[in-house]
Amino acid sequence: MVKVRIWGSLRSATNNKEFVYVEAENFKQLLDNLSKKYPNLKPQISRGVSVSIDGLIYKNSWFAPIKPNSEVVLMPYMVGG
Amino acid sequence: MSQLHIKSNVNGDDVEFLCEPEETLLEVLRDRLNLTGSKEGCGTGDCGACSVTMNGKLVCSCLVLGVEADNSKINTIEGMADGDKLHPLQQKFLDHAALQCGICTPGILVAAKALLEKNPSPSETEVRYWLAGNLCRCTGYDKIIRAVMDAAEEMRG
Amino acid sequence: MSPLNNNSQARQFKVIGTRPPRPDGIEKVTGKAQYGADLNVANMLFAKILRSPHAHAKVLSIDTSAAERLDGVKAVITSKDFDRFSSGQPNNILENSIAHQKVLYDGHGVAAVAATSDLIAKSALKLIKVKYETLPHVTDVDKAMEKSAPIVNKGYVLENVPKGHSENVTSYFEFGHGDLEAGFSKAEKIVTRSFKTEATHQGYIEPNACLASMTPDGKADLWCCTQGHYNVRAVCAEIMGMETSQLKVTASEIGGGFGGKTLIYIEPIALALSLKSGQPVKLVMTRDEVFKATGPTVSSSMDVKIGMTKDGKITAGEAKLRYQGGAFPNGTVEMGAQSAFASYDLKAVKTQGWNILTNRPMQAAYRAPGAPQAIYAVESVVDELCEVLNLDPLETRLKNAAKKGTLSSYGPTFDDIGLIATLEAAKNHPHYSAPISKNQGRGLSCGFWFNFGGDTCVTLNVNFDGTIGVTEGNPDIGGSRASISQMAAEEIGIAYEKVRTIIADTNSLGHNEITDGSRVTFAVGLATIKAARAAIKEMCKRAAMIWNIDEEAVRWENGSAIPAGPNAGKFDPLTIEEIAGMSSQTGGPIAGHHEVNAEGAGVSFGVHLVDVEVDKETGSSKIIRYTVFQDAGKAIHPSYVEGQMQGGAVQGIGWALNEEYIYGDDGKLQNPGFLDYRIPVASDLPMIDPVILEIPNPGHPYGVRGVGETSIVPPLAAISNAISRATSIRFSDLPMSPPKVLKAIKDKQRGNG
Repeated sequence: MVKVRIWGSLRSATNNKEFVYVEAENFKQLLDNLSKKYPNLKPQISRGVSVSIDGLIYKNSWFAPIKPNSEVVLMPYMVGG
Repeated sequence: MSQLHIKSNVNGDDVEFLCEPEETLLEVLRDRLNLTGSKEGCGTGDCGACSVTMNGKLVCSCLVLGVEADNSKINTIEGMADGDKLHPLQQKFLDHAALQCGICTPGILVAAKALLEKNPSPSETEVRYWLAGNLCRCTGYDKIIRAVMDAAEEMRG
Repeated sequence: MSPLNNNSQARQFKVIGTRPPRPDGIEKVTGKAQYGADLNVANMLFAKILRSPHAHAKVLSIDTSAAERLDGVKAVITSKDFDRFSSGQPNNILENSIAHQKVLYDGHGVAAVAATSDLIAKSALKLIKVKYETLPHVTDVDKAMEKSAPIVNKGYVLENVPKGHSENVTSYFEFGHGDLEAGFSKAEKIVTRSFKTEATHQGYIEPNACLASMTPDGKADLWCCTQGHYNVRAVCAEIMGMETSQLKVTASEIGGGFGGKTLIYIEPIALALSLKSGQPVKLVMTRDEVFKATGPTVSSSMDVKIGMTKDGKITAGEAKLRYQGGAFPNGTVEMGAQSAFASYDLKAVKTQGWNILTNRPMQAAYRAPGAPQAIYAVESVVDELCEVLNLDPLETRLKNAAKKGTLSSYGPTFDDIGLIATLEAAKNHPHYSAPISKNQGRGLSCGFWFNFGGDTCVTLNVNFDGTIGVTEGNPDIGGSRASISQMAAEEIGIAYEKVRTIIADTNSLGHNEITDGSRVTFAVGLATIKAARAAIKEMCKRAAMIWNIDEEAVRWENGSAIPAGPNAGKFDPLTIEEIAGMSSQTGGPIAGHHEVNAEGAGVSFGVHLVDVEVDKETGSSKIIRYTVFQDAGKAIHPSYVEGQMQGGAVQGIGWALNEEYIYGDDGKLQNPGFLDYRIPVASDLPMIDPVILEIPNPGHPYGVRGVGETSIVPPLAAISNAISRATSIRFSDLPMSPPKVLKAIKDKQRGNG
């Protein structure tokens, strides 16, 4: 089980929980399982999210590995200029 | 109204062209004479990217009509190097990394050359005020000023 | 000035860290370089766009018949011409460029013409008859939030937006951690202040320009100035209903972008005109159009509340950010909300952000989108607290600085970051202890920005004479071709002069992410190094074949293949020239390539220090001294890193002191030109001193961190803090232009007198 931090305004989709737990060995499994367990997260996830895994931010890497004790943080999809 | 027939001299070469009365010298240089080194950044004389010299005087070519070039000597960025020998200003700009995107560079080089012809030993303040009519958005002007001062020193011998 | 190196175990580089001349330099100083408007092709037409004079109106009808009949006009289009291509339109790009049923901002495109000359195209615009029904408009961010505000664009409200707002509020974000109430109760001084910033423009000197050539068989060639030609291909192909491979986009040299040329404004229009007319079409924006109809920044209205103990420890921080980004939604407020407190190690922090629609053009990034505004507000309040509590502003930043192990205000825990090192460098710099005179004030600010990786493809070819050609796909907006060549030369062990790097068209490589997010030196550099390693592997294999030994028995050193150890055999080194010269005979030409979605980019911190003198008679502010401290991880070409730091700082100076979008009550932009939109000129400024720090990024083979964006973040607060201290008046409204400063000074004098 991986511990995932959910940002403040998304918590309405996770029963107000700041941290949720899902099975995931990589970026894609994380998002798929989050969507399954918390269907109200789906709209934001399908619009796009980034995931920080142990401090590195991934925008779109399905197979970026997640360890059981990784720090995982859901973040909005990053934009720059 | 039909186009006017103009005879001019650009970078030492005699040229002839036709242009509409309302065409600017910048449009003539870029679209009729194929000299695209001078740039249109604003079209209203505020940015200096179109700087050329006309009879030895620094002007914004977007504020000069093409017909005004009749019987005049125009010098643009394309005439600054001597064959394969760069002008000291051009070389110093490369040495000092005084350009990033380079769009303002032709105008600034023409303006800086005009300055050094008038005042071979300008102070930093004099260089800054002379170039105040040339906008640069990339560099913050620091390396440009250094390059001009360094070129001035080299040209003084 | 050589960079301060924090890592004593640093690899000894031969080419990295030097300052060779850039490959595109001579073209640029002689006027040969070809920018967006510099290409001419046979049988070319000239295009012009008719733009709305209203901020908000229904388009009842458009009659183009008179324009079509004008001699020399070859095509006229409206949004209806796009109906036949596809129903998709990525991110509202098409509708922002050419209005559908409503015009949404002053300058919104309505129709376009292609004709045999610029003059005829302009005349044709005058013949197009458009019937408008004007609607109430709103351009101010706070007014647009009110329930009574005119609705700008229906149907964009996201599912999590709290009820009770106008339909113009399209998204809501909240970040942070800890117990805010408990945090504030521990504070011995709390400051709450509201801030406003107006929209600014990237101010690139080259107006957007393109040349499109499209034929009825579904093929097209497009030349344009852009920060991302692969993105242009993807978006235009979708809009025009084309297969991606059939649209070839070539990026011209670009005359500045800074984030503004990451979006698309004119290319689909040029393509449609080209198809309809059967001829290539050149479309160049005027400066007026650039201001009105490309992508300025958001404008903002913000509230910040910070609590501090008497000895300078921040106990809680809260920020409310309201951003407007024009008539279509954008992703900027969440970037601002995440960045606001990123420089601090806080137990209790909360940021909230709302995005609001207004009758303005679609916003675009200007270097770090969203961060300058939010950090300006936070750093101003921190400085105010320092002033009120009589604490040293730098020591206070150090006391609260984010470091390795800090739970960031946006969620992840920081690894190695360079903030404390940059703060220490500022503290130890002579600027910090230099005396200041009457009417002068000193200000400082931290700055933060994310760095990106993204899709990157690089191919590296070894020519028969042992020289290298590097092909990459990221438009060079800062000198990156030089740094890429340096990294290739370093990795292979040859001279810089033997490498030539070009930016290829979209056909030559796989997809490359836009040049943005400070990503190029990091991501393209990484891919170049890996491509070089692949070529090296192949060259070792060829040497092994020639020597008739195992591939594993060969290694590469200083540009040559050598036996890996004494057991491999006694062979003289084979240089790259020799191996390349025999490449046909040993199998074929040698190359290496690397395609990757690069991840692992770090974050970037900076600190700016500025002395400002305020003229109390005129309200005018003069920058007396400016120093920029920034962590570059590893400065590949220090001159270009310095260039980013200086350029961003000066853009921030303009933003802080003069630049703003001024809208009239009629919703029209009042100052769409460089005369009244006043960017810094050479005589406004002193030299800008850059101090590069190098705390290596473990995610890059040479330690590179992106630097392009961060330097626009600190100037706003640094200058505001300096002016505030010089005048003893707290400013909370940008820009601090002379009339505003003078009025505040006079108000204060009257109050005291």
